[in-house]
Parts: sequence; C-alpha cells; structure tokens
Amino acid sequence: MVGITAFGAYVPRLRLNRQAVYEANKWFAPGLRGQSKGERSMANWDEDSITMAVEAARDCLNGTDPKTLKNLYFASTTHPFKDRQNAGVIGTALTVEQGLMAADIGGSQKAGTSALIAGLNAAGSGAPTLITAADKRLARVASAGELQYGDGAAALMLGTDKVIAKLLGTRSVSMDFVDHFRGDESDFDYGWEERWIRDEGYVKIVPPAIKEALQAFGLKGADITHFVMPSLMGAVPKQMAKMAGIAETAVRDLLSAQLGDTGSAHALVMLVDALENAKPGDKILVVGFGQGVDIIALEVTAEIGKLGKRLGLSGWLARRKEEKNYMKFLAFNEMLPLEKGMRAEFDKKTALSVLWRKRDMIYGLVGGKCRVCGTIQFPRAQICVNPNCHAMDSQDDYPMAGLEASIMSFTADALTYSPDPPAYYGMVTFPEGGRFTADFTDCDKEQVKVGTKMRMTFRIRDNDTMRGGFKRYFWKAAPV
Amino acid sequence: MAKGIKDKVAILGMGCSKFGERWDAGAEELMVEAFKECVADAGIDMKQLQAAWFSTAIDEVHVGKSGVPLSVTLRLPNIPVTHVENFCASGTEAFRGACYAVASGAADFALALGVEKLKDTGYGGLPGGRGGPLQALWNANGTAPGNFAQLASAYMAAHNVQYDDLKRAIGHVSWKSHQNGAKNTKAHLQKAVDMDTILNAPMIAAPLGLFDCCGVSDGAAAAIVTTPEIAKSLGKHDVISVKALQLAVSNGSESGHNSWDGSYLHTTRIASKRAYEEAGIKNPRDEVSMFEVHDCFSVTELVTMEDLHISETGKGWKDVLDGFYDADGKIPCQIDGGLKCFGHPIGASGLRMLYEMYLQLQGKAGPRQLKDPRIGMTHNLGGLPRENVSSVSIIGRLDA
Repeated sequence: MVGITAFGAYVPRLRLNRQAVYEANKWFAPGLRGQSKGERSMANWDEDSITMAVEAARDCLNGTDPKTLKNLYFASTTHPFKDRQNAGVIGTALTVEQGLMAADIGGSQKAGTSALIAGLNAAGSGAPTLITAADKRLARVASAGELQYGDGAAALMLGTDKVIAKLLGTRSVSMDFVDHFRGDESDFDYGWEERWIRDEGYVKIVPPAIKEALQAFGLKGADITHFVMPSLMGAVPKQMAKMAGIAETAVRDLLSAQLGDTGSAHALVMLVDALENAKPGDKILVVGFGQGVDIIALEVTAEIGKLGKRLGLSGWLARRKEEKNYMKFLAFNEMLPLEKGMRAEFDKKTALSVLWRKRDMIYGLVGGKCRVCGTIQFPRAQICVNPNCHAMDSQDDYPMAGLEASIMSFTADALTYSPDPPAYYGMVTFPEGGRFTADFTDCDKEQVKVGTKMRMTFRIRDNDTMRGGFKRYFWKAAPV
Repeated sequence: MAKGIKDKVAILGMGCSKFGERWDAGAEELMVEAFKECVADAGIDMKQLQAAWFSTAIDEVHVGKSGVPLSVTLRLPNIPVTHVENFCASGTEAFRGACYAVASGAADFALALGVEKLKDTGYGGLPGGRGGPLQALWNANGTAPGNFAQLASAYMAAHNVQYDDLKRAIGHVSWKSHQNGAKNTKAHLQKAVDMDTILNAPMIAAPLGLFDCCGVSDGAAAAIVTTPEIAKSLGKHDVISVKALQLAVSNGSESGHNSWDGSYLHTTRIASKRAYEEAGIKNPRDEVSMFEVHDCFSVTELVTMEDLHISETGKGWKDVLDGFYDADGKIPCQIDGGLKCFGHPIGASGLRMLYEMYLQLQGKAGPRQLKDPRIGMTHNLGGLPRENVSSVSIIGRLDA
C-alpha cells in the first residue's frame, strides 16, 4: 500500500489586506472592487519558493530523519534558479545528499499534482519520497492576480509504511490548452478571457477526465468526501463537482479569503487542509488543472490519528500579521525603485567554492559536538571552542536548525541597509550549547527582548543582482 | 617570567593632526601634518629614524596596503616600515611595534604613525561590506553601532538596569566628552551639547542614538620613541616612559561558547590585569591619573570602565552619573573629547590617545590641563564585543 505518510505546509506570516491594495489602485482599476475583501499571504522580503518549501518540508518531516529520504521533488513555477537544481538546495538545507534523487518539476499550474503523481510512483517501490510545492508569483500592479494570488507551500511525505492516506489511483490528461502563460521574457502572467477558459477548458476537459478516473478506480462521485480543486474562478470547482456527480458539500474551500491562490502549490495546500480535517475512511479526490489535468484519489486511513502534531496549514495560517502597507508589498517584490542608499551597493558576490566547502554549515546549520567535553558549538571547528577543552579534531556533526534558541543580546539597526528597516539582529544561544549572531526575521519590536525564544528559519540573506540574481540563503531567527 | 617593558622606552616626540571631516586633505597630507609636529617635538633629524610602524585599518578606502605609503609620503631613508592592522587597536599596535624595537636594542629611534582617511566614501558611518568570503555567507547584516548596541541590551539584562537609567548614564558619557571636546582645537566636534539633545536624538541602533556614536573622522597621529637614556642625553627633562603595553585577543569563546553573557568585554578584563601587573600598579582606582578609553559608542566606555577594574561590575553606570569620570571628577576620562569628539580615524586613534596622555603628563594640555597627572592609561577595543582585540597601554612620568 502506497500513499501519504505525513503532511506539512507553510504560509508566510504577513497577510496583505486586499482593501488596502484596492484603495491604492481604484483610481485606475475600479473594477477590482469585487475582489477587495479578505487578505492574501505575502512573502517577507527574504522568502522565495525555496525558503517556503524548506519550511513546509520541515513541518512535514517533523522529527523524521531526513537521511531516510530517497526522492525529493520540488514543484513550482517560480523556481529561483533556471539552471541550478532548486530541489538540491532544499535537500542540502534538510541535510540530505547521499542516495537522494532530487528533481524540479515546473512549467504548469498542475506541477504540484504532477509531483504528487511522480512521487507516488517512486514511493510505490518502497523509497521514502518527499514532495514539496511552493510558489511566489508576481502580478502586475492593479491586476486581478495581485489580489488573487498568495504565497505559500506544502509538503507531503510519501511511502508504504504508516500510510495516512492510501492511493486509490491516478489519471492524467495532457493537452496544450493555454489559459495563460508566462514567457521567458516576462515576470508576469498573460491570460485569456475567463469565459472561454471556463467553457472550452474546464467544462470540456475536467468532468470527462474525473468520470473516467472514478470508473477506473471503482468509485462513484458520491463516494468522494473531499473534492480538492484549485481555481482562480471561485464557482468552477463546484461546477466541476456537480458535472462529475460529486456532492457540493465535498467541495473544499479555496482558502481565498485568508490565503489566496498559491499557484502550483495550491492543490497540495488544499490537500493538506483536507487531511487536517479528514477522518478515516474519507475519500479525497485531488484535481490539478493546467495544460491538461491530473487526478489523484486517496482514502484516509486510521493512521491519520497517530500522526505527530505539527503546525500544518491551520497552524501557519494562525501565525499571522496583517499588512496594510501596499507600498511595502511592492517594495518586497522589487516592483518599486526605492532609494536604497550607498549601503545597498556593497558587492554580494558569492565564492561558490567556499559555499561548497561549507554547505552543511551554511545551508544545513550543522554545528559540531566535541567528543571530549560534549560542548555543542557553531560553527564546527577543528579546535573545540570550550576554553577549558580546546581539543583538536574532536567534533561530530550536530544539526542545529531544529533547536530552539533564545535572544542573549539584540539591536534594531537603522544604519545598515535592510529591505525592511530597522534590521533586527543579535546573539542567540541554544540551551544545549552553541550560539551565533543571527539576523532576526518575522519579528516586531515588542517581541525582541533578552530571553525571547526563537526558532531557526531558512531565508534569503542577500540577492546578488549584479550577477543575475544569485540568492544567498542562510538561517535566521524568528520568534517561536 | 618576562620582565615587561616598564621604563625601557621613552616617548621622544609626538604629533597629531587636526581631526575631522578633512575635505582638504588626503591620507598623505594628514601623515605629514602629524609627522611635522612629531619630529619637531622629538628634536631629531628624520634621517636618524631606524625603523617605522605604520597603522591603518581600512586602507582599502585610502592609502592601500604595505609600508610603502608611509615611506613614500615621508621620503623615509629606506628603513624598515611595517604596516600593521588590528581593527581599532591598530594605532596602538604601531606604537607597540616601535617600542619593542627600541626595547630590544634593534633601533635607537623608531617611528609609529597611524592614519585613516574615511571621508572619501560618499556616505556617513564606517565603510561596510568588508570581510572574507565565508563571513559574507553567515555574518548578521550588522554595523558597528548595531553590534555595540547589543552590549547595552545584555548589560541591562545582566545587572537589572532599567532602560531609562542606562540611557541617562550613556547620555552622560557623551555629554561629558562633548564638554571636554569643546576645549580642544584639534577635535572633530568642539561643541558642548545638552542632555536633552543627547537623549532625544534619532536612534541609530537601539538603544544607541546619534550622540551615543563617535565621529567618523580623518586624521593622523605619530610618536617617535627611544630609550630613556637617549632621551635624557638629548636634553629632555620630563621624560615620559612606557609602563605597560598589553594586548588580549578573543579566541572565539565569547562568540561561540555559552560562558559569556554579552554584558562585558572579556579581553579588556584580561589585558588590563596584565597591564597593571606589568606597570606594577596595585590599585588602579587610586593610582591612575586619567584615562583615554575606547568610547566608539557611549555604552562601550561605560562597560570598559568596569572591565578596566575601575568601577565595580554592574555599577559603572552609577559612577558615570556621579561624575566620577568627568573633567572635575576623581579620574577624568576622555579629557581630550575621546573618540566621541576628538574623532575616530581608526588607524590613528590609539596614538591620538597617547598624544593626549603625553601632553597632560608634561603639563602641555592647555585649557584642559589636569592637575599633576602622573600615570595615564589608554585603551582600544577593535572589532565587536563578541570578537575583538583589546589593547591597554600605560605611560607615565619616568619618576612615577
């Protein structure tokens, strides 16, 4: 039996108030009023699809040894790198390299469901497989997409042991139906008329595919208790369900009021939402649409009750800060040419040879533990940092990304260049041992105090725009 | 047990340029300005110099590397010139090199000259973006004020000092230095400032406001050293001798081991103890006449006065508020205005501190002259509270 063995999600803390966007743009696009309710998730300036996928993967793994992973797929249409495996960055951040088959899947809004199918196929042979999906799509100022999209990620662990949702079957159709596209020369989507997309696309492609799939799986529409299908057109999933004989009550909420559409990740984000609310015996049908359709049927097992606690989608959604500053949203997405000052001009060139040598330290936050005195330290060094030890070549790897730390000293720096001033940073100490001076992120002034508990989070620290956008990633500390 | 440097080396002459935003001068002009005064004061011919130590800290933005810039600028007689860099302790390092050369007998006359030309970057504050390729991958996005501000947060937490008390104490540190700097015509900032202005200044890196940060200045300072015997033979009467030169450098324990709580300067505690021992000082609170310490930020000075074992740990803020370190207090600190007002051209700062001690000990400090000082102590802290170079020098009258 193959299926899902664990799930995780990630939603950035900031939620952009749609009314604030509308108020800024209504002089130009009054027609957006209908979409001006609720909020959408908004990545912090130091987040992209890789960092969000890492967070979702950590939420999913939740203590499982990542070294057991054999396959890692990363679905997105906003991979930060065109040539440099994005999934490999995630693997290194999770401290897994050896024996891992990593691959990026992209190019379509159904990339997430395609990764799920590929992952299930791979996991069927007994190889533990992690799939992640994340998107951080840009949209033009005063476009509908700006209000509809959200940033977020999901991750699923797939395997044959302790399956919480077993696979009943998959079916895919591939056809070059171009409802929208994002060409190589643009950051933005270009879409065709919605009525045509609905009548010639969804209506003619999806219901027949669902019917054929259900028949192949030996199911009826009425058997489905959770119908997971993202769409920017709110009424479409209900219409598809009805045409396929699936009860309207089974149609899962699109999460548009509080999150927005997370692109290629959204089918999996909605699947996580369904799993968090499912009971044994529930049957879930996942539909991914985009140049065809992917259909995956799952049945929830009794194992779901034994799954360890995690933040999941509901937990990350609850960790929320409203953002009403539309200008900040534009600036964070590099859509506003701010005067950054000379301190923003310092060269961010990365020595790739150094990054390679130190990748476990930089991407994995792997420190050392001295075999002689037991001191845990970061970074790992050849000579133990304990002033009463100083043993040489005595340290074993000690991963620290999962440890909680607390603030020992801090400041709010208004002098240094930061995309979100003032820059909060300070020394954080791990009670087990070890410390370093970390940038803080996702924090407010009142949270930053000596003693505040912090968790480590994988983030962008710099973007080398002089060389085409090489993102430097490292770990930052955020209030727990 | 090494005997140390006490009274083996005398300062024959010193010079110091006007510090400040010297739009009129490059590093070369500043070097000559300090050297002219220094060599005239020493009363020797430049050709008598046998070795030189040259200090800068951020030479990337002015003279560049090696001993060549000093040798070329002063047209030195092809003597050995060593370029030293040790963060903000660089100037004292040049002095240490020259003193050791004399103490060893390798040279009768050695020059130490430090210079920094910082105001050609186009922006305020210290130049940033330096450090090696590994540091660039993980060091926090910090500035000097941000890193020293952390000292304040940890000090308040360690000693349960209230924010308002700390703000007033560090404000007083700067207020006092502005009072002193107003009497120094070579100082970068020569204006007294009232407490309200200090306390209400814009925040640079919380809790440090504008007036908690020292000036970023251009300047140069120099010393020529020799033996006390030669100094006397050249007709010097009030010979000023070196009593101690100590340096302590972090080995990573503060930044990497949980034994440090962030509220003090570990290396300063060590360097000052060694210096008192080398100088034979038993009770520094009674024996030291005056201090020039590394007040790069007001809170650094506050904490330093504890780590030099003058104020009790956790109580230094009370001594500050009591006026203990004011010009008319028990032990005046930063009588020349300090880094805060005299300015902080990094490679020159250690030598500028010694310059003030040297003037005071000879009774040549003009309107800010203290009464009969005998022992002066200088302190530099280079780097950050968590990883640094701390130097302590003690000079005094040869008969002290």
